[in-house]
Amino acid sequence: MTWLLLAEAAVPEGGLFDLDATLPLMAVQVVLLTFLLNSLFFRPVGKVVEDREGYISTSRADAKQKLEQIKRLEADLQDQLRGARQAAQSAIVEAESEVDALYREALAEAEAEANRTREQARREIESQRDAAQASLMSQVDQLSSQIIQRLMAA
Amino acid sequence: MVLTPLNLPFAELEVGQHLYWQIGNINLHGQVFLSSWVVIGALLALIVIGTRKMERDPSGVQNFLEFLWDYLRDLAREQIGEKAYRDWLPFIGTLFLFIFVCNWGGALIPWRLIELPNGELGAPTADINTTVAMALLVSLSYFYAGLSRKGLRYFEYYVEPTPIMLPFKIIEDFTKPLSLSFRLFGNILADELVVAVLAFLVPVLVPLPAMFLGLFTSAIQALIFATLAANYIGEAVHEEAH
Repeated sequence: MTWLLLAEAAVPEGGLFDLDATLPLMAVQVVLLTFLLNSLFFRPVGKVVEDREGYISTSRADAKQKLEQIKRLEADLQDQLRGARQAAQSAIVEAESEVDALYREALAEAEAEANRTREQARREIESQRDAAQASLMSQVDQLSSQIIQRLMAA
Repeated sequence: MVLTPLNLPFAELEVGQHLYWQIGNINLHGQVFLSSWVVIGALLALIVIGTRKMERDPSGVQNFLEFLWDYLRDLAREQIGEKAYRDWLPFIGTLFLFIFVCNWGGALIPWRLIELPNGELGAPTADINTTVAMALLVSLSYFYAGLSRKGLRYFEYYVEPTPIMLPFKIIEDFTKPLSLSFRLFGNILADELVVAVLAFLVPVLVPLPAMFLGLFTSAIQALIFATLAANYIGEAVHEEAH
């Protein structure tokens, strides 16, 4: 290990507070290390981290925009759905009222038909009864005149 | 001061001993550089592995590195402010990472197994040179930050809110690096010494709680250093609301 002693001659006393050329050389070494670490560590790592931060913030903005778009579309669809529901409801109501009207119309027609038929039947019955009454009357007249003739003859 | 009890090589206590490298007529603390290279190597290896193939969906080491990055960014942003933190994030982050790996490396790597001719390996931040170097860098950077952002108006800061503050603000420019460097140095050295003394007295089990506490203070010290550095820079670039 004696190679570590570059020169044996006139070794200073030493001591705790022995300031010597170590100081400026160490300062140079620290400055060199600063430049070395700047190019090896601080700049590349900083670049990666800041790139990632940029990536994250743009992705987040992107996602937010997409979310907004989705919300807008959803609201739109909701509107459409509501419109469709209303249309369906009104169609149902319309169809129901139409059916009702048709039913009423048919009912009225049927009632009228029935009334007419009944009226006709009644009138027919009446006329037949009248006819029957008339024929009966004539027969009664005939019979009564016959009875009177027989009685007169007798 | 060298104590060698019980023939335990790893329970040796040395303070103020350095492995001197002499280049020309300047002296360097070799053990500080050796251990700092080891921890810097580990740090760089982790980072190279983690950033080799980065993806948008992070996994494994990349996840961990991103967590670190995020943590350091929040620290810098909170202390420096939204406008200027980007320029200073690498410096603050490097301070935090370097101090953190130095402290934890000093506590976790069994340096004692490596025999040095003189001195011993340990946390690089337990050497006053390292901490003073970083504290002075912090001082330079907050002056630079203030001057480059505000020009000479930076010196308005010294007379705000009243000119009475001038001497205190000037004194602060000296106490800031002093307190930064000595806080870190003292904490890490004291932690190493406590563990070493306990290991020297009772080599089994007893040092463990002190070691865990040491890991905790190590992390806290790295955070404190980085936070204060960021805070000083933030103070310098802060625009008064006129």
